[in-house]
Amino acid sequence: MKVDRRSFLGLGLGAVAGVAVSPVGIKLTDDSSIWTQNWPWTPVPIDGEVTYENSVCSLCPGSCGLSIRKIDDRPVKIEGLAEHPVNDGGACLHGIAGLQYLYDPARVKTPLKKNGDKFEKISWDDAIALVAGKLVDIRKSGSPEKLACIADKEQGSVSGLFQRLLKTFGSPNFYTMPSLESYLEVTAEALHGEGMTIGFDLENSDFVLSFGAGIIEGWGSPVNCFKANASRRARHAKLYQIESRLSNTAANADKWIPIKPGTEADLALGICAVILKNNLFNGGATANFRGGFNKLAIMIQKDYAPSKTAEITGVKASDIEKIATLFAKAKMPVAVFGKGRGDGAQSLKELAAVHTLNCLVDNINKEGGAFVQPQSEYLEFPDESMDSIADAGFSKNKAGRYVNQLIEKVNESSKPVVEALFVYNANPCYSLHDSKSVKQAIGKIPFVVSFSSFLDETAKEADIILPSHTFLERLEDVPSCAGLAKSVVGLTKPVIDPVFDTKHAGDAVILIAKALEGSIAQNFEWETYDECLESVAGGIWDSLSEDGYAIISEGAPSGSVAVNVSFLADNPATIQAQGDYELTLIPIDNMRLINAGIAASPFAIKTVSDKVLKGSDIVVEINPLTAKGLKDRGYATLTTPMGTARVMINLNEGMMPGIIGMVEGLGHTFDNKYVSNKGINVNDLIGPVIESGSGLDAAFGIKVKISKA
Amino acid sequence: MKQNNNKAHKFGMVIDLDKCTGCGSCMVSCMSENNVPFKEDESNKKDSITWMSVYKLTNGKSFPDTQIVYMPRPCQHCGGKGDHGHSPCVSVCPAVATDYGYDTGIVSQIYTRCFGCRYCMGACPYHARYFNWWDPKWPEGMENYLSPDVSPRMRGVVEKCSFCYHRYQAARDIAYYEGRDDIEEHEYQTACTTACPAGAIVFGDLNNPAHQVHQIVKPDPHPDPRNKHVVGKSRNPKVFRLLERLGTNPKIYYLSEREWVRKAGDNYLDGEWDKIKNYHGATLSND
Repeated sequence: MKVDRRSFLGLGLGAVAGVAVSPVGIKLTDDSSIWTQNWPWTPVPIDGEVTYENSVCSLCPGSCGLSIRKIDDRPVKIEGLAEHPVNDGGACLHGIAGLQYLYDPARVKTPLKKNGDKFEKISWDDAIALVAGKLVDIRKSGSPEKLACIADKEQGSVSGLFQRLLKTFGSPNFYTMPSLESYLEVTAEALHGEGMTIGFDLENSDFVLSFGAGIIEGWGSPVNCFKANASRRARHAKLYQIESRLSNTAANADKWIPIKPGTEADLALGICAVILKNNLFNGGATANFRGGFNKLAIMIQKDYAPSKTAEITGVKASDIEKIATLFAKAKMPVAVFGKGRGDGAQSLKELAAVHTLNCLVDNINKEGGAFVQPQSEYLEFPDESMDSIADAGFSKNKAGRYVNQLIEKVNESSKPVVEALFVYNANPCYSLHDSKSVKQAIGKIPFVVSFSSFLDETAKEADIILPSHTFLERLEDVPSCAGLAKSVVGLTKPVIDPVFDTKHAGDAVILIAKALEGSIAQNFEWETYDECLESVAGGIWDSLSEDGYAIISEGAPSGSVAVNVSFLADNPATIQAQGDYELTLIPIDNMRLINAGIAASPFAIKTVSDKVLKGSDIVVEINPLTAKGLKDRGYATLTTPMGTARVMINLNEGMMPGIIGMVEGLGHTFDNKYVSNKGINVNDLIGPVIESGSGLDAAFGIKVKISKA
Repeated sequence: MKQNNNKAHKFGMVIDLDKCTGCGSCMVSCMSENNVPFKEDESNKKDSITWMSVYKLTNGKSFPDTQIVYMPRPCQHCGGKGDHGHSPCVSVCPAVATDYGYDTGIVSQIYTRCFGCRYCMGACPYHARYFNWWDPKWPEGMENYLSPDVSPRMRGVVEKCSFCYHRYQAARDIAYYEGRDDIEEHEYQTACTTACPAGAIVFGDLNNPAHQVHQIVKPDPHPDPRNKHVVGKSRNPKVFRLLERLGTNPKIYYLSEREWVRKAGDNYLDGEWDKIKNYHGATLSND
């Protein structure tokens, strides 16, 4: 065929007209735009019926009520529960992110047994049999006290089951991790006698004198404290924050009083001295002082006169007098202790000195003051029946009073102090000072059983892991025990079937006890943990199961309490930071991170400022005057007696000169790339300093040297 | 019965910066509510998607006079100059992927229409918009917690705060089902508002005098005589908006007793603040 000009043009024009008229072009454009909007790899969440279930959060001792939105069987959102006695709506970021823990990449999915350096899966039956077999051997060897347990707290039925197992097995060696509640009890015991605890009525107080308590940094029951703080202005109440760093609490307070770190006890005694000297104390209250009052009064006039206190603490003498007057003259003052979140190291001198202020102004068991009352015991476990081995073992002395003493003893002794260790809801290899030596001690214990839901730092050191349900998969009573003015027990309920092959730690304990047979098994006659809880919660079970919580006590307790200040009257030495360097490294509690128990969730880590964490570098805060030649966002090396670390610098005018602040809760090393291997664990750099007289690890920070990296 | 759309709402928020503790609950509640993903490293804040972001401001003074305040920043849902709905981002979107809802005052974002030109991000004076540089990835199993109310986004699109629009839709559906004309204040609350443990965020209809947000803000319905682009200026002297004199007319108001905090809401030349501190939002000369 001949293609001439005419037919070429004709065909060409025809084609153009054809394409223009034809729908093909439009269709192709449309198809391609639809095609570019197909994202088969982007998940399409399945729709379904919306329901809400109530539960209680047990990620921290705060025990907030939660409302969980579900689509069919899937929980999709956690929110605070309105009208719950602890949080009344509102929730903290960790609770809201709770669903991320369910599917955490570091979860332990089945029971594991360590073989060499690696973990192998085993069945629950084998795991329980293995643990029971080991325990039988320990018992046969005649020293049942060599079974120890470290848990997060003493309260609650799961902890109760662990204690019951240890007792009927024949061991007194039950330990808890330091927490605000444990410090409240230690303080109450020193000043008022055994079995007592303290609550602070922050919601009603008109003058809160906080010795570094991070009231909006996660101290106590966080949401409850946030609410008390938020209502402060409307109530015309004042908050004075004594702290060496401009924390969020200090920034939000009516007045920030910078203080040399670790001298809070001295300031408290200095304020006591002014109150006594100027007769600002309540005469009626002093009638309750039983021991050591006169001795204390003489001692503080001598050693803690304003000018002397000013020298020790760096707070001006005139300010000390002013604070003392304001505090003593307020209608409902309360002095609050527990630096940061209140679960780090504290000294009894500081705890007792601050609480003595409460006793002096007679706010004990008054509205807006400090409530001193017996620890709530709402559980009714049946009396234990013990055989002779158990009796003999249980009557022996504990290896130490606190967990840090246990660790120390294990490390020091050449013979095994502990043959087997249970760890529940605690991560001592991360949260205790000098984590290296803690790991060493745990490594020395021949048989370590972890009940952790996650393969955390301590679980990694275990020989057997019996993974627990997370708080969204289990039933449990959760007592609020964090300095709250009221005493509330909440009920955590399962909102989803267990995602993995895990068990309730309570069930695991019951199974172990049953496998041990004899008198131990007799003490665990419940079929399941759920049955156990229902029976031991007896009196409050109805209200727990119907309302989701039970209020044990509310409002100011009646009656006065005796006060014994003989511990302080001897003027125990103030704990000094370890080391000889010029600067002091202090830990910072940041609401968006968690330093005890579990690690922060991916969402929580995402919210952390780039002035705290940048890439995998931890950022430390330092005053420009102290930083000298160091540049903002530059690198530096920190050296403490415990070790060295490379850090990024954040020049921060909110830091007192002479100190360096490092956040707690980073530097995890387990298998979750969203939260691990970011920054360093400040506990690696700080070593314990034991307070003589109390045995507490009281090291607030450590001496440090900084140099350009 | 038809769904009631005839009364124009103007949803807005007032955030009490004196109550805000910087705890981050609002950020996490937002991420969890709206299926916002997360990556291994989120410390590069420029590519970290946070519809609600909490800024830390300082007064710039040295120790011990330093003060800090936290400022939560969702999308400001601007009404644009004169509050006519020409928000900076809406005006520049070539795909109508973002639009102004005249019935709600909410600035929408339709992910499937967005083709990722990011003009809106350039136009937004508040950095409230985020681009998906990567496809979202959840660790194995974690997709199970995703909510069907908000579609997960894909690589190449812009996303931002929607004032939890799906909650508004749900509340309206319930009202419709129950034969009611309109929704109650408490029926439609954003995820950040309900999460805030300090009660610092108040959300509601700025057009409804019965709503708490209206009572705190007391918005002036008339254009500001000194700057005609500004409409809805608060008649509460403690309340301000961010970069108010641009005339973007945000629906997020901030409240603070502290003067330096209110001053931080805009950039002022030397001496300028003292002249207009009781009248922020005004330009000095009436243009």
